[in-house]
Amino acid sequence: MITAGRGRLVALAAVAVGATVALAGCSSGDPLDSGSGGDESSPTIVVGSQDYYSNAIIAEIYAQALEANDITVDRQFRIGQREVYIPEIEGGSIDVFPEYTGNLLQYYVADTTATTSDDVYAALQDALPEGLRVLDQSPATDQDSYNVTREFSEANGVTSIADLAGVSTPLTLGGNSELETRPYGPAGLKSVYGVDVAFTPIEDSGGPLTLKALVDDQVQLVNIYSADPNIEANDLVTLADPEGLFLASNVVPVVSDKVTDEIADIIDTVSAALTPEDLVRLNGLSVNEQQSEDQIASDWLAEKSLF
Amino acid sequence: MNLFLDAFAWIFDPVNWSGAGSIPQRLWEHIWISAVVLLIASAIALPAGAVIGHTGRGRESAVRVSGGLRALPTLGVLTLFGLWIGIGLAAPIIALVILAIPPLLAGAYAGFESVDRRTIDAARAMGMRESQIVGRVELPLGLPIIVGGIRSATLQIIATATLAAYIADDGLGRFIFAGLKTRDYAEMLGGSILVIVLALVVDGCFAITQRLVVPAGVRATRARELGSRPSRPRVAVGQPITEGNRE
Repeated sequence: MITAGRGRLVALAAVAVGATVALAGCSSGDPLDSGSGGDESSPTIVVGSQDYYSNAIIAEIYAQALEANDITVDRQFRIGQREVYIPEIEGGSIDVFPEYTGNLLQYYVADTTATTSDDVYAALQDALPEGLRVLDQSPATDQDSYNVTREFSEANGVTSIADLAGVSTPLTLGGNSELETRPYGPAGLKSVYGVDVAFTPIEDSGGPLTLKALVDDQVQLVNIYSADPNIEANDLVTLADPEGLFLASNVVPVVSDKVTDEIADIIDTVSAALTPEDLVRLNGLSVNEQQSEDQIASDWLAEKSLF
Repeated sequence: MNLFLDAFAWIFDPVNWSGAGSIPQRLWEHIWISAVVLLIASAIALPAGAVIGHTGRGRESAVRVSGGLRALPTLGVLTLFGLWIGIGLAAPIIALVILAIPPLLAGAYAGFESVDRRTIDAARAMGMRESQIVGRVELPLGLPIIVGGIRSATLQIIATATLAAYIADDGLGRFIFAGLKTRDYAEMLGGSILVIVLALVVDGCFAITQRLVVPAGVRATRARELGSRPSRPRVAVGQPITEGNRE
């Protein structure tokens, strides 16, 4: 009995030590950094995208535009979150990546005060580290926005975030858990607009669960990206943001040093042609009609008579 | 800085031990959700397992059903029920009950089946009614295995109850989601460590319980008989018994 107990203790201790060593081993620096493995001498341009369908559509447009100009493209789509792919771009294993000015600026400067489109773009250019640059920003935006149902908007006369202060019923905000601590979250609503909200986490980034909760009135206010076709499909009202609570977030390509002026011109042409309405429509083709990124991108390029 | 040390620093930071969303509050929510799920799942699976184990009927379908349930991804089930009944605790509780049923069911019928056929025959020969055989013979003798099933289910519930935070403001999963999304890895790992510690503590309690519920008579003879007991053949009550039939 005593020997068995001691044997088990030793085994437990071994597991604990092993776990500590394993965790300590991977704990220096960014735990999600998988290391880069790019071949820098290759002339191929590597286009990456976030694990977000809309971002992948934009990346596919870049890729097809480059290919139409006889540039070899390697697609590395659906990489995941910013903390995973930014080191890859900085390390030179990805050359072109569609990004969003506001969100990217916040990644580098968490407490930035810029909110308008031009201010954010200027601040972003200053904030980017050596070896990274952004090309021209597109008029297309995809940014956080607060939305309510049409019914709620009409019943309470709410069309702007400022109007929420006059709503007498208690308000609950729904969104990803990071929203709770973001500057534009409940604290920002209180300090900028004087609006008190409770918070309920719904971890599907403004997806179907969030919409369901809003339509069922379990939450009254949700954070959905402005280019999400569900806003229109569900007849939601996007609240105006007169005080600039949200950072403007235009689509902007982040590129490495390998991107020459010739390549930059091609992508700038694409960016200039992509309007906010286009982006919502392209997203709708993906979400509602299940079209492939490939199909959506080539149709859009043909429609705009680009390349 | 070492992330692992950061995580412990986060756990022991007094700031995280009071106010809304504090560690004790989340811990309590986590335990509460797990307990509710365990109760509901037990109420469904244990009686069903007892009937299957006692009569030997329906074993094949129970294996198939619980095998099928095991294959269901809990996050998928959670999203499905979330879309149906909305956000809040109901959807995660249903998803976790589905997760917990297979080990509970398997533990219950395996526990009842494990009882030596000769013992049951002896009980029947002594004039015990079926209900007495179930309550006084099969249940006490099968209890270690049944508790083993509850133990395994509880471990899975506690580990997976983090998903409740996916659509509700509850449980230790809040730290993991919030830490992940805001790149506060100390919080994320700290939350994970709390889940692990909770699971280990509860599992330890069950390990002790499992040992305590072994009937004294069985404990005394176990060392001598180890490995030689025939399993109970799957025959309906009242039919002749073939000794040692493993089918």
